[in-house]
Amino acid sequence: MSVETQDKNSQEATAGEIQTIVAARRLRDTRTVFIGVGRPSTAAILARMVHNPDLVLVYESGTIGAKPFHIPLSIGDGELAETADSVVSVPEMFNYWIGPGRIDVAFLGAAQIDKHANLNSTVIGDYDHPKTRLPGAGGAPEIAASCGEVIVIAPHAKRTFVEKLDFCTTVGHGDGPGARERLGFRGEGPTAVITDLGVLEPDPDTKELVLTQIHPGVDVDEVKEKTGWDLKVSADLHTTEPATAEELAALRELLDR
Amino acid sequence: MAELMSLSDAVESLVSDGDSVALEGFTHLIPFEAGHEIIRQGRRELELIRMTPDLLYDQMIGMGVARRLVFSYGGNPGVGGLHRFRDAIENGWPRPVEIEEHSHAGMANRYAAGAADMPLAVMRGYVGTDLAAHTTVAPITCPFTGERLTAVPALRPDVAIVHAQEADREGNVQLWGIPGVQKEAILASQRSLVTVERIVDELEHRPGGIIIPGWVIGVVAEAPGGSRPSYSLGITDRDNDFYKFWDKMSRDREQFTEWMNENVLDRKHLSAT
Repeated sequence: MSVETQDKNSQEATAGEIQTIVAARRLRDTRTVFIGVGRPSTAAILARMVHNPDLVLVYESGTIGAKPFHIPLSIGDGELAETADSVVSVPEMFNYWIGPGRIDVAFLGAAQIDKHANLNSTVIGDYDHPKTRLPGAGGAPEIAASCGEVIVIAPHAKRTFVEKLDFCTTVGHGDGPGARERLGFRGEGPTAVITDLGVLEPDPDTKELVLTQIHPGVDVDEVKEKTGWDLKVSADLHTTEPATAEELAALRELLDR
Repeated sequence: MAELMSLSDAVESLVSDGDSVALEGFTHLIPFEAGHEIIRQGRRELELIRMTPDLLYDQMIGMGVARRLVFSYGGNPGVGGLHRFRDAIENGWPRPVEIEEHSHAGMANRYAAGAADMPLAVMRGYVGTDLAAHTTVAPITCPFTGERLTAVPALRPDVAIVHAQEADREGNVQLWGIPGVQKEAILASQRSLVTVERIVDELEHRPGGIIIPGWVIGVVAEAPGGSRPSYSLGITDRDNDFYKFWDKMSRDREQFTEWMNENVLDRKHLSAT
């Protein structure tokens, strides 16, 4: 199923909607979340509307405790600064807030992700002669190293879920168990990858991403087909609880603002 | 005390071919008008420094101003990639651009070290990534705890250019809203230019406002609307539609060049006429 072919007035969530809702649900008991723009921002605002009204939104632009009514186009939209509890400089954001691990959850995206949830947002192809030059690291490497946990939000496609990254911009679980400890990272690292098809979580022993949750109407074979490595399926695989009427209504209302 | 000048005189006297120039502004207060004046004056071979080379650097790179780019995130925020930045790196158009890239935390610490007149900053970062091998960082050991950390070199641009809401006639500047790394960029640089929305008789201090004293600023130039299509909180709004327009329009080299000719090269800054 795809976002385009589904009826927006339907009582059933589209693949994109369920992805956003699943991300929002993850923030039910979270105090602080670090977000970029796009789906992560939509999910965090939705979480404040439905699941966790006290959730503190932190944007890289330095706005701590922003309460946007609209979904911002950029992390620097005026509404974020105007509604924030505190607005800080970039050095302060990274050195006083992110680095010491004061943020519980960070949402990150990537152009490529491997089985240990390492991320590439730098280049496709060779670094010196790239096929596609991507924006680059931004805040991701230090955010992933230091925040309490990382949730990756990405579209499920073979070109995104790859066997080997073209470039490691951001370390998730490195080469497996113990990697983060060896590198001196304080956060737990990626705990979930939420896609439009399901949720992948690292196996506690191997730190390899396995399919633990599948969205309603999605076939396991489709998820495996769209993953560039031999994706293992958890013995406890369960189906995502469908979007509630409240979640769906709130999300659609938010997107219409 | 900062000198008050017209924008064109300010760029003429502060920016020379081959300089390293940091036009800062993190998603807010981006000094578009000053960047356009640099393009109009035909500066070349610049080392452009900026954490987030968004539309302004896309324009400058596409117009062949830059020899080298130092940055940490080259995207159109919330919209996608930067087509002129990509074309320069992927295809060398209109000229090859050398790059040095960092993470945001790295760039922010580099500016802070420059502002403090320290040779380096120490941080936790870069380890385990491929970035470490492609940029200027080095491991360093804490002499007190033995912890392995990362050193990044100070940034010391020849010129910093930022935009702010207002200045008084002595060149004291006040900005509010998202502060980015503007203060650090000014203090780290040899020379500096602040463009402002308005010049007032007396600054009215704002809660959360940052005052930068005129005696650490080189030149102040009035440039109303000078951060458009970015914004100056409380005075102008961010033109989100323009950021979306840019994504479509700038994909094509000819369309881009035509747009720049019409909207930047052929249009003098208002205060210069």
